Amino acid sequence: MSGERGALSDADRRLGRVRVPFVVGQVVVLIGLLIAGLGPLLWLLKAAISPTQDSIRSPLAWFPSGQVQWGNLSTAWQQAHIGYYLGNTAMIAAGTALASLIVCTTAGYVLSVLRPRWGALLSAGILATLFVPHIVSLVPLYLTVLKVPVVHANLTNTFWAVWLPPAASAFNVLIVKRFFDGIPREYFEAARIDGAGSIRVFTSLVLPLSRPILGVVALLSIISSWKDYLWPLLVLTNPDLQPVSVALPKIAKVTELNIQLAGLFLALLIPVLLFLVFQRAFLRGVGLSGGIKA
Amino acid sequence: MLFALPVLLVFVVFSWGPIVKGLVMSVQQTNLIDPVKWVGLENFRYVLSDPGVGQAALNTIWFTLLALLFGFPVPVLLAMFLSELRGRSWLYSTLAYLPVITPPVVAILLWRFFYDPSPSGMFNTILGTVGLGPYPWLDSPSSAMPSIVLEATWAGAGNAVIIYLAALTSVRADLYEAAELDGAGVVRRVWHVMLPHLRGVLLLMLLLQVIGTMQLFTEPLLFTGGGPQGSTMTILLLIYNYAFVNGDYGAATALSVLLALALAVLSAVFQFATRGWSTE
Repeated sequence: MSGERGALSDADRRLGRVRVPFVVGQVVVLIGLLIAGLGPLLWLLKAAISPTQDSIRSPLAWFPSGQVQWGNLSTAWQQAHIGYYLGNTAMIAAGTALASLIVCTTAGYVLSVLRPRWGALLSAGILATLFVPHIVSLVPLYLTVLKVPVVHANLTNTFWAVWLPPAASAFNVLIVKRFFDGIPREYFEAARIDGAGSIRVFTSLVLPLSRPILGVVALLSIISSWKDYLWPLLVLTNPDLQPVSVALPKIAKVTELNIQLAGLFLALLIPVLLFLVFQRAFLRGVGLSGGIKA
Repeated sequence: MLFALPVLLVFVVFSWGPIVKGLVMSVQQTNLIDPVKWVGLENFRYVLSDPGVGQAALNTIWFTLLALLFGFPVPVLLAMFLSELRGRSWLYSTLAYLPVITPPVVAILLWRFFYDPSPSGMFNTILGTVGLGPYPWLDSPSSAMPSIVLEATWAGAGNAVIIYLAALTSVRADLYEAAELDGAGVVRRVWHVMLPHLRGVLLLMLLLQVIGTMQLFTEPLLFTGGGPQGSTMTILLLIYNYAFVNGDYGAATALSVLLALALAVLSAVFQFATRGWSTE
């Protein structure tokens, strides 16, 4: 990952008084991270297939009653409808990612490649929203969704209410624009000389070249919509449309603990698997976000 | 300009529009039923005279301070350590990032169970093995907020680690080599090369963390609902109650604007105070 070296040189690493604490430190940090990062996950897996009393009376013991209740998972999936709510969450996440991709690629194309005279103004307007805390617009955004200006449509209790607002993300537009800035200008000139219009350049040159950054945008928006709670709680009051994050606290109130914990485990499984599969893209995306902010 | 259409539409309707509308609504009285009335600064006067607001402001500041105390140093040290691990750091960063990937609702419901105040609760069992506790955690006004901070720190630290790590990988190797040739030991290389390189991103993350923690909502709502005895009622939870429990949108936006102003002043003061440090 890092260049050829960090603060420690190869010579340092061979010195006993550096190496010993460094290795001990690695072990300690690894154990700490295993407990903090993986610990809750593994415990949840265990509790998801334990009887309620085991989890309450001795949460740290290894199946004290000797019972393993695999059935908890299917009960949570079917009777507590976790499967159904996860389906909603997936729909919401997919639509959010798609809307974000459409907005940030076209915007990036305008700002980076087409560069109209008013581009600087648009760019400044988008950038400015980074400095306005989200809280200012929470209530008015809710009222907007309740009655969209001009068309007077009520978007609450439709997925549009959760798909569209996150697409107005200055951060996504900026990282995509920056990526497009890195494409050599000669490509565009060559394509234009060959007679390609701006739509053609966009679909067959810019989009294919920017697949890595589009993956990052898609992943980050899927995860953030998967994690979202307040917004879907406000705009999706119809239980049939609610994502799992909104449903879980309600389920927790009326369901026995073992089924509840099984539900939590199921809700956690997919983001964790997504993360483990696309881990590199993720960590790169988060690193990028630091770069944008700096 | 077909290509600018999506971004313009989405930003006008869902970003710029609501921001302007928020400012306007803070000087209006509206409950969606009666016609809108202009009331000047009446909403602000109402909000500022609500004794709950002062309490919520203090709670929010208390949370922010605690979150800085717990949550700021750990990721920095961890990232500095990981940047020395070369090839193996991916395992560490993956582990550190797992809590970040956990949906907050799942994490909160799970931690609420861990915080069970009975002696057989998860954390009380662990602390009991070394003779501590049992603690009331979320059930006591004095320990509820620190408990929330602990969970929030766990949930957020991984993100900061990755951002610092990305900043550290851009330190040029020859800086360390030059320092080493000049006889700087490991500690001085960390102090004089690594930390100064992080300064910009550290200051920025500090500010972002303050701005983020001032907008705490999901944790107090799901952990405690603002209690016990209002000890975890935050500004954002109050805004939520104003708007969506009482239906008083004017007061809610007035309080939002006040919070945003406070954050803006804070950022400006912070930028001004630290300008000297980063260009030194």
